Amino acid sequence: MNWLNWLSDFFSDPDHRSGPDSILHRVSEHLTLSGEALLYAALLAVPLGLLIGYTGRGVNVVTALAGAARALPTLGLVTLAVLLAGVGDTAVLFPLVALAAPPLLVAAVEGVRGTDPDVRDAARGIGLTHSQVLLQVCLPSAAPTLLAGFRTATVQVIATATVAAYVGLGGLGRYVIDGLATRQYAVTVGGALLVVLLAVGAQLFFALLARFALPPGVRAQRRAR
Amino acid sequence: MDDEPIVRWYWIGDHLGYLGNLLADHAVIALVPVLIGLLLAVPLGLACARFPRLYQPLSAVFNIVYALPSLAVFVVLIPYTGLATQATVMFPLTFYALAVLLPTTVDGLRAVPDSVRQAATAMGYGPWHRLTAVELPAAVPYLIAGLRVAAVSSISLASVGALVGRGGLGYLFVDGFQRTFPTPIVAGITLIAVLALAVDLLLVAARRLLAPWAVREQGAGS
Repeated sequence: MNWLNWLSDFFSDPDHRSGPDSILHRVSEHLTLSGEALLYAALLAVPLGLLIGYTGRGVNVVTALAGAARALPTLGLVTLAVLLAGVGDTAVLFPLVALAAPPLLVAAVEGVRGTDPDVRDAARGIGLTHSQVLLQVCLPSAAPTLLAGFRTATVQVIATATVAAYVGLGGLGRYVIDGLATRQYAVTVGGALLVVLLAVGAQLFFALLARFALPPGVRAQRRAR
Repeated sequence: MDDEPIVRWYWIGDHLGYLGNLLADHAVIALVPVLIGLLLAVPLGLACARFPRLYQPLSAVFNIVYALPSLAVFVVLIPYTGLATQATVMFPLTFYALAVLLPTTVDGLRAVPDSVRQAATAMGYGPWHRLTAVELPAAVPYLIAGLRVAAVSSISLASVGALVGRGGLGYLFVDGFQRTFPTPIVAGITLIAVLALAVDLLLVAARRLLAPWAVREQGAGS
């Protein structure tokens, strides 16, 4: 048995082509779970980060918290959450949000703080209110940093959502865990490969986004640098 | 589960030696890879700082490496390194550490101002002496900032190794989950956080000792 045999076994298995254990279904489960986690993390972290970055208050606290959050083992949080709250999406969402929020928070803070102070002063000088400066000047200028934060968070969440299968949820982790439990390496390796492809795909997506979706002014600035 | 308290203290009291063994195993599994990563990152970083063309492809490769899910990599390695061996977990962790440390090393080496480099040359430092006496010390704050990120992530990631049979304190998560007994899980999370904090404080102390001028400076990569 070698790698290529494993993969062809995995992809030609009829169970993996249609039905609840199909690749398409597992991928969509995986993406839904990751997307939900990222959405909640963004709703929590981005506004908070923008405010902290703009006022400059609590920056040290954010840095310390983000460092501490990195030390929290996701597997521990997932198993604990399931024991306390029962098997369900919420139990897994909470640890994934805890994983995704710190990089987003740090990126929002750093991005806003990185805005050229002269530009901020000029915006105030021509009569913009604080909220206008934050949303129309600081936010676009923070966009590249924020996007990089989203990239880190997305890749980590996609990679870590695999662990959800250990506590009985779906997603690509199912293949990895079930394959391991039944000693079918073909299934495990196939699942692992799909997670890798998804994570690399997310990286490419964000690279493209940085190229085409950033505000034109920011793009011009980046080229000039 | 309804009347089970989150922590049963007597269990922790009864298992102190066991927890200590797991902690020691965890520290080895998580931190040896970071040290190896550092030993690899310095020469690689030097090569990248000298030949910038090398850096682009290398950093692209390590970007992808960092995106690989640890569980998946552990599993893929089992046929080569064996189930429940330290190597299965330590090998990927080395690459994760390297993925964090390489960019910070390169940033650190690039941050040496040209004027400093030229001053060293003017004072008669040869390339080797300049490297060891000027450039590497100047990169120390960056290296330590990178080490802090790499060490803390590695300590947290190593616990996933429990799913392939060797995760140090991560075993407590599997054990507690299988027995619907939260105490070991809480103990595991706490010990991992304490280990991470201790290593982080050690690295901060090391920076004060090795690079006292950088104490007020913001490190890179954190």
